[in-house]
Amino acid sequence: MTGAPLPEPAASPTATDAGVPSTARPPRPRWRQTLGLLARNPTAAVAATVLLLIVLMAVFDESLAPSGPNEIAVEDRLQPPSPAHPFGTDDLGRDILSRVVLGAAVSLRVGFLAVAFALVVGALIGLLAGYYGRWVDDVLMRFMDVLFAFPAVLLAIAVLAVRGPGAGNTALAIGIVYIPVFARVTRASVLGVREEVYVRASRSVGASDFRLLTRHVLPNAAPPIIVQTSISLAFAVLAEAALSFLGLGTQPPNPSWGLMLAEGRGFIDLAWWLAFFPGMAIFLTVLCFNLLGDGLRDVLDPRQRTLMAGSGR
Amino acid sequence: MTDLPQGPTAHARGAPDSGVPASGVPGSDVLVSARGLEVHFPVRSGSALRRTTGLLRAVDGVDLDIHRGETLGLVGESGCGKSTLGNALLRLVEPTGGTVTFDGTDVTGLGRRGLRDLRRRAGMVFQDPFASLDPRRTVRQTVSEPLEVHGLRSGRQERSARVAELLELVGLDPAVADRYPHEFSGGQRQRVGIARALAGEPDFLVCDEAIASLDVSVQAQVLNLLRRLQRQLGLTLLFISHDLSAVRHVSDRIAVMYLGRVVEVGPAAAVGSEPEMPYTQALLSAVPVPHPALERARQRIVLGGDVPSPANVPSGCRFRTRCPYVFEPCPDVDPALQPVGAPGQLAACHLHGVVGRPVQREDAVAAE
Repeated sequence: MTGAPLPEPAASPTATDAGVPSTARPPRPRWRQTLGLLARNPTAAVAATVLLLIVLMAVFDESLAPSGPNEIAVEDRLQPPSPAHPFGTDDLGRDILSRVVLGAAVSLRVGFLAVAFALVVGALIGLLAGYYGRWVDDVLMRFMDVLFAFPAVLLAIAVLAVRGPGAGNTALAIGIVYIPVFARVTRASVLGVREEVYVRASRSVGASDFRLLTRHVLPNAAPPIIVQTSISLAFAVLAEAALSFLGLGTQPPNPSWGLMLAEGRGFIDLAWWLAFFPGMAIFLTVLCFNLLGDGLRDVLDPRQRTLMAGSGR
Repeated sequence: MTDLPQGPTAHARGAPDSGVPASGVPGSDVLVSARGLEVHFPVRSGSALRRTTGLLRAVDGVDLDIHRGETLGLVGESGCGKSTLGNALLRLVEPTGGTVTFDGTDVTGLGRRGLRDLRRRAGMVFQDPFASLDPRRTVRQTVSEPLEVHGLRSGRQERSARVAELLELVGLDPAVADRYPHEFSGGQRQRVGIARALAGEPDFLVCDEAIASLDVSVQAQVLNLLRRLQRQLGLTLLFISHDLSAVRHVSDRIAVMYLGRVVEVGPAAAVGSEPEMPYTQALLSAVPVPHPALERARQRIVLGGDVPSPANVPSGCRFRTRCPYVFEPCPDVDPALQPVGAPGQLAACHLHGVVGRPVQREDAVAAE
């Protein structure tokens, strides 16, 4: 007794199973789908647009700024905002608008460099710790815990004290501070992905560890890391401002938002615009990075994605 | 029951036992062979110290031969270790003891290269087609992965041609190659999974509950697809399932697992209709009959109690705690597979004569 014979469908695949999927549209690359969904999230879309403008401003700073940022005109010192100087002038008569525009380049460059460094090192550590587990995990993550236990600013100050101030070193210092954050986020994400059946399935056809990590684990573990990147950019801009405020980051006379804030502090009663405009620039940038991060979190969540794209399985 | 065949008699009839040299030499009838295969997982408690406090015996001394070109059905309750066994045969789970021979080669000692070669020659179809395909990769990328890994086709063009061929083989339109898994139904996804498993032109395919999570109507289609492929490509199939009807439908031989051990194996006709091991009898009596009168007459053997934990296996015969026929040798002798009933049918049960390894005192204490 071998059970009742069942119909053999192979010759004529039925519409329900073996045919072409009903949605007969050309496949869209995933990143384009992501952008499309992001555009439909108004908050994130606005944040992304503002950030794009800030970045463009930072890139074309020289041609955008009304005057040289370090051009001193003592006779024009501490001018309130006016048509000639929309953001006013500082105690040396320098145009604050120009300094804010040029400060964007300094602040963002440090922020991007710092986060890029933290992302590469932290994600690599988290990937290895999460995927290999056991002693690799123990060694790497205990090391991360030690790094994480230092107060962030103290650690950055220590790095700058050893290596000296400057944009590159500031980025390095902030980057080191954020390595454990990326390591943890990556590890947690990888821990989930590495147990997925499709990872085992790839191993079952002979894929190497390297292939599994680069083609399957990392792409699927990426969404939380992308969100963390966006949020960390906000914190890095703040950290740069804090370090410059303490005199350890960008050195005068070069403009950086944090440094301008520090310099304006002394005149806060006399001329509010000295601290207000760089402060607003920091506020706007950080807010936009955070909103973009939140938007990305929603868009990259596979369940949310299915709901929003309206193409459930 | 009265005459007790001694160990050697059983060996002479070719019953697999740990003492028997492994068969499965190249060109022989046996493609895959397990001898005394064990997969024990340490049970750890406390995260800080990670002390091993016990041993979970998922697979515990399995002897099994899979013949070239046959479909062997592997049945058992959930948690009996059948999936772990399937994974251990392909070394997707590391065996902790015993040997696995694939086409004459002991795969338990294989290095990187040998393992990669094994992965080409032996494929796996997974249970959940929604989980077994990488959501971020197209069907083409998924199906051509084995081709890239093993360097089977050089160049994009040739791989694409091969992917189209494979998709056609499993009954899918090659035009869907650039779609993502979420655009397919469960049955279609499972076909993609089968195409991936076949890409390396394997000799051996493990289907681990390959139809369990599909709709019933689609189950039949996939089942028939597997049968057709097996015949067409001369595959050797290990069909793991808890669905006895499906297993009877596709299998040439059936092996029954209980608590980490194969307790009965033999021709599908014999094991599927006249089982000799009380556990198989109970399992079989639970299968509904598609005929109203026969169905009403069906006598169910209802087993008492639950399956014991594989972390605490009973001494002697592991089925004795639920067996309706339990008698005095059961707790003291661990039964070996012995010839029973039809030719080629083996069962591990003392009702057919007390054959096996007497329980050592330490074991008995450990099992308490």
